[in-house]
Amino acid sequence: MEEIGHLFQGFQTVLEPYNILLMAIGVLLGVIIGVLPGLGGANGVAILLPLTFSMSPTSAIIMLTCIYWGALFGGAITSVLFNIPGEPWSVATTFDGYPMARKGQAAEALTAAFTSSFIGALFAVIIITLVAPQVARFALAFGPAEKFAVYFLAFCSFVGLSKEPPFKTIAAMMIGFALASIGLDMMTGQLRLTFGYTPLLSGVNFLIAVIGLFGIGEILLTMEEGLQFKGSAARIRARVVWQTWLEMPKYWATIIRSCFIGSWMGITPAGATPASFMSYGIAKRISKRGKHFGTGEVEGVIAPEVANNAAGTSALLPMLALGVPGSPTAAVLLGGLMIWGLQPGPMLFIEQKEFVWSLIASMYLGNLAGLIIVLTCVPLFAAILRIPFSIIAPVILVFCAIGAYSVNNSTFDVMLMMGFGVIGYLMKKCNYPMAPLVLAIVLGDKAEESFRQSILGSQGSLGVFFSNGLVGTIMTLGLIAAFWPLISRGLDVLRRGVAARA
Amino acid sequence: MSEEAQSAQGTGPRYDVVEIGMAVAVTAFGAVVVYGSLLAGIDWASDGPRAGFFPFYIGVFIVISGLIILVQAVMNRSQTMFASWSQLRQVTSVVVPATIYVAVIPTIGIYVSSVFLIALFMRWLGRYRWPMLLAVSVGVPLFTFIIFERWFLVPLPKGPLEDYLGY
Repeated sequence: MEEIGHLFQGFQTVLEPYNILLMAIGVLLGVIIGVLPGLGGANGVAILLPLTFSMSPTSAIIMLTCIYWGALFGGAITSVLFNIPGEPWSVATTFDGYPMARKGQAAEALTAAFTSSFIGALFAVIIITLVAPQVARFALAFGPAEKFAVYFLAFCSFVGLSKEPPFKTIAAMMIGFALASIGLDMMTGQLRLTFGYTPLLSGVNFLIAVIGLFGIGEILLTMEEGLQFKGSAARIRARVVWQTWLEMPKYWATIIRSCFIGSWMGITPAGATPASFMSYGIAKRISKRGKHFGTGEVEGVIAPEVANNAAGTSALLPMLALGVPGSPTAAVLLGGLMIWGLQPGPMLFIEQKEFVWSLIASMYLGNLAGLIIVLTCVPLFAAILRIPFSIIAPVILVFCAIGAYSVNNSTFDVMLMMGFGVIGYLMKKCNYPMAPLVLAIVLGDKAEESFRQSILGSQGSLGVFFSNGLVGTIMTLGLIAAFWPLISRGLDVLRRGVAARA
Repeated sequence: MSEEAQSAQGTGPRYDVVEIGMAVAVTAFGAVVVYGSLLAGIDWASDGPRAGFFPFYIGVFIVISGLIILVQAVMNRSQTMFASWSQLRQVTSVVVPATIYVAVIPTIGIYVSSVFLIALFMRWLGRYRWPMLLAVSVGVPLFTFIIFERWFLVPLPKGPLEDYLGY
């Protein structure tokens, strides 16, 4: 139970007044980011990352993860009040949340959403506390081939599980790898893919890609849709909170099921968005009141909200234990670790005990702080949404530019960001997924390094990836994940064939 | 969006044309990566694979998936609209000023250019009156100046105005 001791030390670090202040600031900023169109968890964290360069890594990660929690909470506010999902993972929350608001039950819907978010996140943090150290210990024995196999599995899951066409997923992912390889080759010290163009020497930073693709791209999409905010004001009274809380235990089965769906989907890089849809879909099929889903059922708010926060939180587990982030925001946080000079992955649990356990402790407290802040500040956040887009849009643009510049103090990066913005808009319109692209930029160097080290040992034979039980199993799992749509279709055909004969 | 809603908003470029354009762009990008990797060398040297080895195969993957997307797009032609011209005009009305904004940052600094960007948006898209417009467009950059230069000590690009004021 050595871990419990570390965890309590972590709580002590987090409970320092300075860190509590950062936590509150982080959650507030996060909710605002989650509420505003064009600013999501990933690029919100990316823009604010340069501000943390002067802080200690522990304080920095507390603030940045709290921004992430805030964004996860904030997505629900716009979904319920305005029928506009602030984040893709809160789309499923609009199905029943907005009808509830229309019926005058906005406060109930919001309380249920926030509380569910909290429960989902708490469940995922407990999973992280219990599982992450074991996974890290196990992963310590990984050689380069196993490391590459883990990356392979993560990227294959994207191909098989994402709702976008598989070849577009592969294209986006490979473009990410290509962008990551621009500049200096770490292993040979040689330059590549720069074509003699000096600004490309240092490569393409993933933060620039995130800010452009998610930030600018999102603004362009919002402009195209001609977004108008129309919604009701909301205040949450203590009595309503209490009543909703008393009602929630009724849905324990849905809550527990959604916790598991969310955590599972978060650890495998399927992500929060499919988790919320899946959880909603299953709740609708199983619930006694399933027929009423879509007309304003509390259960229809609880299911997706539990799942998306469980997924968003558990996405940090593989990032901490293996160095493979489960979501774009986790990827940005991972990039932050590298900038602060920490090496993500299993060694973190040995070399940076204090940092890891402070981070895990801050997940508990950050989510609690988040719940309190969102419950009390809803009118404030709803008011932010009433600021017209003609003010919000240029201000977000300015912040994106500042964020992009301060990564490397380079104005070339700001122009690159703009380019990524237009590309992001086109990708989104043409149904190319952006998460694998970002993940590939972040992990590109490490994936390449482990790949080259593996085949160096085997004199170029790819057999090294099936040379022992462990690496072979992970690679096989990866292949199954990549071809899952084909496999499941095949199984369906078989099953139907058997049924027809019977 | 439903079909009627689209036709009600007028005409626009067809989705499959843009889709094909994207596929061609992806393939071309892949070809550039392959070419660049060949320049760096894709064979084995005495100390292992050379710098272009890994990106070469990445580039090959991009070209293959680009071509498959292209073939699929050519096979499934449809009449669906990508976006209406008026929607695209909205998008351009952000892209053009934002591009100019980004281009002038190195010369006049981020603060002055931000004032112009915010003022332009508020006047053009929001039709605000001057007092409100000035308050926001000057206030936001001033606020960022205090936060970044003063509080977090993150230097941002500055131009002649800041030089004149002695920063």
